[in-house]
Amino acid sequence: MELYKMALYILAMAGVTYVIRMIPMTFFRKKITSVYLKSLLYYVPYAVLSAMTFPYIFYSTGNVYTALIGTAVALIAATCKRSLLTVAICACVAVFIAGMIII
Amino acid sequence: MQKENTLKNQLNFKRGLKDGLPIGLGYLSVSFAFGVQASILGVPFFMSLFMSMTNLTSAGQLAGLTVIATLGTILELIATQVVINARYFLMSITLSQKLDKSFTFGQRLFCSAFITDEIFAITAAKPTVFGKKYFYGLVICPYFGWALGTLLGALAGDALPASVTNALGIALYAMFVAIIVPPSIKEKGVLVAVLLGGGISCALYFIPIFSSIPTGISVIISALIAACACAFIFPKKEEEVSDDGTL
Repeated sequence: MELYKMALYILAMAGVTYVIRMIPMTFFRKKITSVYLKSLLYYVPYAVLSAMTFPYIFYSTGNVYTALIGTAVALIAATCKRSLLTVAICACVAVFIAGMIII
Repeated sequence: MQKENTLKNQLNFKRGLKDGLPIGLGYLSVSFAFGVQASILGVPFFMSLFMSMTNLTSAGQLAGLTVIATLGTILELIATQVVINARYFLMSITLSQKLDKSFTFGQRLFCSAFITDEIFAITAAKPTVFGKKYFYGLVICPYFGWALGTLLGALAGDALPASVTNALGIALYAMFVAIIVPPSIKEKGVLVAVLLGGGISCALYFIPIFSSIPTGISVIISALIAACACAFIFPKKEEEVSDDGTL
């Protein structure tokens, strides 16, 4: 993509994200009372992150097998409730070592 | 009333800085991973920095990056941002009632740009309203931490050998795993949202007739179906929702 177009895309992203954050804070002072709508907004982040992670995590390292090993390590570390940084480092190290052995 | 005022007076600029520091340090690592990812996808470092300084959101930026890398349309881009960042709308409603009278209309316009999951979590948990000095102190470290981490990650991604950048390519996804797994263990509704969201996304990716759907749209479809189903099956009661930032 050309740079000017990329800059335009980034500005469009920023604009949309800003408007979402800005409207309630400045204009809209009512509470949302619908339980369904509140629940929906509560679940969306988890569903989004999961949909963004799977299956793309399997292709994130340039090799499906090292990625699968990294994914498994991340899942285990996350189940043990490690911090974001620890989980990320464990997964990266696992991918790096697997890469040295497999490739 | 007296006690509330004392509490409120403690929320000064310095206290804000102090509360924001750990968030800023956390953002350094997440945005570093984002910067590496952007570099792998071929985005120049100054563009990654520009994105982080104007967007200040992890999932939204990765989704935007994906649309850019796959040469998606501007409509696809806007749709992904609306769905992925819709949660800020809810946070902004809650926060609008926590700002004290020192905020003018213009300052509300300015401050709303800094609503993130972590900043929401820390401000929403405060027992009183707070002033603008506290808020300004609070957002400094997270904002510049996010920008600096992105820059360092992007430069590292450009400079490091492929064996290392390949390994770093999983970092951001691993962080997403770290965000979604613990609440899934604790809460059935979240678990179903995560399994459905990831499951539908995989189905759209692997089933040939759906494989022409652009990535950004596929993420929206998967997430909306999963979240709608969960909101219907596992509705959250008033007090359970909200004050716990996650991303």
